[in-house]
Amino acid sequence: MTHDVAKQVRGYLMVFGTLLVLTLVTVGVSYLDLPEFETVIVALIIATTKATLVAMFFMHLKGERPMVTWPLALTAFLFVALLGSLLVSESDHLFGARFQDSFQSIKD
Amino acid sequence: MQIPYTTEVRPDTGLTNPKLGVWLFLASEVMLFGSLFSSYALLRTGAPSWPDQASIVSVPLATFNTIVLIASSVTMVMAWASLKGHSLPKFRLYMGLTLLCGAIFLVVKTIEYSDKFSHHLYPATNNFLGLYFTMTGLHAIHVIAGMIVNAYFLGPGTKMWTTDPERFTNRIEVAGIYWHFVDVVWIFLFPVLYLL
Repeated sequence: MTHDVAKQVRGYLMVFGTLLVLTLVTVGVSYLDLPEFETVIVALIIATTKATLVAMFFMHLKGERPMVTWPLALTAFLFVALLGSLLVSESDHLFGARFQDSFQSIKD
Repeated sequence: MQIPYTTEVRPDTGLTNPKLGVWLFLASEVMLFGSLFSSYALLRTGAPSWPDQASIVSVPLATFNTIVLIASSVTMVMAWASLKGHSLPKFRLYMGLTLLCGAIFLVVKTIEYSDKFSHHLYPATNNFLGLYFTMTGLHAIHVIAGMIVNAYFLGPGTKMWTTDPERFTNRIEVAGIYWHFVDVVWIFLFPVLYLL
């Protein structure tokens, strides 16, 4: 039992070190002045990696029961659906684009 | 009435009731914060122009706070591991450090807020600041809530360690799962509000 705890603690400290490195990397990358799209992608990949590490090891999600993982998977799906449907519904004017009325030429 | 399945696993779910409860609560929290992240994405992508965030907010202070919150997650999980190793003094030490990290985080947040106010930057100033104050404010409320729960377990709640150590250990695990979630939210808030 005590041996297992010591092993677990070593694992937690390794995760801690990785999280610190990733934090510094994401700050460092933000100073590189990459194009906007690349900046967003890199920042989100690093954030997702960090969040996954916390969830898997600190929240003990690794090896957790299906009764936890399934509701979480459903939540993730609903969140993506929420974000996606909102963005799609507004897609006519996102990213500064202003699409013209497709029937403009007929109306003229 | 005694709450059932606090230490033994419920056969049909394969979990203790508190653990299933906290995860279902966190699923609802994902949607709460998710709606705000969605609002951010929608308002920012739909805006003709967006302020340079890094020139309004303080990246060094937020980086420091990120490290503090990650450290608090480590001390929280160490507090739980200490109980697994049957050491109450170690638990007290790590839980105390978790509370200290939470307090440092809130102090830095207060410094950031008062700096904004002193420059006449308010939630109504622009969409970015509206989102910044709403999202970090809601997150700070979650930090405070977690600190109240953790303070209870460090103070009067510790009594359970003598009467029902296994149940107390589970309580710390469940409180930890919530605390780590608050950390996860910040892990996304940090790049979105400070670095992008």
